Amino acid sequence: MSSAVASAPSPARETAQGGRSSLTRSRIRAAWIFIAPTLIVLALIAGWPLARTIWFSFTDASLNNLADYEFIGFENYVANYDGEWFGLLTDPDWWHSVWNTVWFTAVSVSIETVLGIIVALILNASFPGRGIMRAVILIPWAIPTVVSAKMWNWMLHDQFGVINDMLLRLGLIAAPITWTANPDTALWTVVMVDVWKTTPFMALLILAALQMLPGDIYEAAKVDGVHPVKVFFRVTLPLIKPALIVAVIFRALDALRVFDLIYVLTANSRDTASMSVYARQQLVDFQEVGLGSAASTLIFLIIALLIVITMAAGRVRLSGDPR
Amino acid sequence: MSRLIASFTLAAGLLASASVSAVEISISCSALGKEYEICKQGVDAWAQKTGNTVKIVSTPNSATERLALYQQLLAAGAGDIDVFQIDVVWTGILADHLVDLTAKGQGEIGGHLPAMAETSRVNGKLMAMPWFADAGLLYYRQDLLDKYKRPVPQTWADLTETARIIQEGERKDDKGDFWGYVWQGRAYEGLTTVALEWIASYNGGTIVDEKGEITVENPKAAEALKTAAGWVGTITPEGVLNYTEEEARGVFQAGNAAFMRNWPYAWALAQGADSTIKGKVGIAPLPKGGADGRHAGTLGGQLLAVSKYSKNAEAATDLVMYLTGEAEQKRRAVEGSFNPTIVSLYSDTDIAKANPFIGDLADVFSNAVARPATVTGQNYNKVSTEFFNAIHQVLSKRSQPEQALNRLDRDLKRIKRNGWQ
Repeated sequence: MSSAVASAPSPARETAQGGRSSLTRSRIRAAWIFIAPTLIVLALIAGWPLARTIWFSFTDASLNNLADYEFIGFENYVANYDGEWFGLLTDPDWWHSVWNTVWFTAVSVSIETVLGIIVALILNASFPGRGIMRAVILIPWAIPTVVSAKMWNWMLHDQFGVINDMLLRLGLIAAPITWTANPDTALWTVVMVDVWKTTPFMALLILAALQMLPGDIYEAAKVDGVHPVKVFFRVTLPLIKPALIVAVIFRALDALRVFDLIYVLTANSRDTASMSVYARQQLVDFQEVGLGSAASTLIFLIIALLIVITMAAGRVRLSGDPR
Repeated sequence: MSRLIASFTLAAGLLASASVSAVEISISCSALGKEYEICKQGVDAWAQKTGNTVKIVSTPNSATERLALYQQLLAAGAGDIDVFQIDVVWTGILADHLVDLTAKGQGEIGGHLPAMAETSRVNGKLMAMPWFADAGLLYYRQDLLDKYKRPVPQTWADLTETARIIQEGERKDDKGDFWGYVWQGRAYEGLTTVALEWIASYNGGTIVDEKGEITVENPKAAEALKTAAGWVGTITPEGVLNYTEEEARGVFQAGNAAFMRNWPYAWALAQGADSTIKGKVGIAPLPKGGADGRHAGTLGGQLLAVSKYSKNAEAATDLVMYLTGEAEQKRRAVEGSFNPTIVSLYSDTDIAKANPFIGDLADVFSNAVARPATVTGQNYNKVSTEFFNAIHQVLSKRSQPEQALNRLDRDLKRIKRNGWQ
């Protein structure tokens, strides 16, 4: 929305003046001078490592001896020796980890968004102790992921975990559930812990959006006697949508890179390995800098692609909105 | 915390007192349990004897993390650490960065346990010195064996039967969460050691033999895996598929299991003052695969190696020879229950007084099975990862033993491609 406003006047001015005046040129030069430090820093801390990773993905570099490597083209991605296929793109474990990551992101971000909206709506209402509530709800987000993952690991323990104990006492289950050991429940367990941790983050971002909403719309709706549910779907949701999409993209970016939670809860198990767990295993455990870099490059491309799709989907719906 | 402060004060003191001629050596010691204290006493004694100073560098407790740290330091050619405490399976992985100790250690190595000496060699060269030994053991509840009038199991079939009887009996006695046998089943290096014990006890080989041939796909290995997969959900909780050493010990030490597979460290803790099973525990070699099988515990333990990038390799080598020498190993065995790697110490009376079970362990160590780390060299981690993932598939009943071993054989051949190195 803001970009549309900002870019509107400039083409108008350019057509009116038929070319760039010396003032415009000096402004553009000044703009470049001001942007340059940012661009240089970005190139150094983001561009250089990225370029180096992509370069390594075309070599047979090993962490054991990083100085000595050869260019091998696309062999880390796909290669054929004596009729047998090798390389990342032919590795079922890699595709399994891609699937795990995408599934984890879709499920956890969806649940967190819905729960986040609910929590934000509650916190947006005025009730005594609201300030304290807002601070308290942030606690899961404030605990470092490794600490909370370790904590949940013990709570979910099948023999002396408190979760199984509670469920047993309530009579909800007959035998303890092996949350993290059973491949059928392991990924759901990871999602559950992630939802516990990250819902406050979503709630906070959505709450900020809610606080910006003008009160008069709601008063008008109240005067007209519109049902609160209808107000939410026709007024609140469209108004917080831009902020919501930003929050979802933030979370999705984070979730697609998920590593610590899965690594602490289930280690290197292939049932739950995410793309980052796979890449780390190649890079560090197996010392395969080439293959690990190829995996990292693919992670970068996959995340970039998914984010572009998400943003495009968000924009389409926004512009399709008649208002 | 106080230990941290103590080590800082110590380090500061050492720095201040360093004289011109003396050198400073850094050693990475594990800080698990008593290890740090014992290590510090040992290096201090050497420092006093030689006039050099020694700095202890703390490393992560998790072995996997520690290896990653070492690899990063060494790959960068950093000389920050002169002496490394390494696991027996790391010699091949790290050999490129270590000093050849053959000249200094050749005379000594003959007195060490042959299996430990073997893990210190790469292509015939001595790249590290054995420091202490570990091997998988069977822990049992003597009181329960007495109660149900069963002997200590000699074969896996005996164990399965005894565990079933005790578990059924105890559960009738209102112990609903009692289990027969707990072990380490998480998809990690520990599962490689555990599963190697099963396969070796059935004479099914050691995944890759000394010549580098892949031997894991054989009917005996399949039989071993079938037996083990049969335990999960019957005498072993399904949760074992995510247990490491400490989770298994948690169940056993809470009095909720009849048998446990673990390393020797669990003995001191199970017999500790706050243990619910104090005085009720025994240890034995792990059972045989059958009447013609063998008792097989996987060899663990730690070695000391000198970094190639050390600026004081001479003094560092001297420290390694002192720490792995007979006097220091004896002191560590008496004061810290670390199992010596020098054969003659197993008949030492002082050590026998401190650790009554040391004599039994001598047999376990001399029959211990080594993981195929030396022969697979740089590729050991990949081999181990493929192996424990295949085993995990079988244990969680997502594939049959034969089918999993067949796939494992193919995957290992892919890793080997044109040889292991």
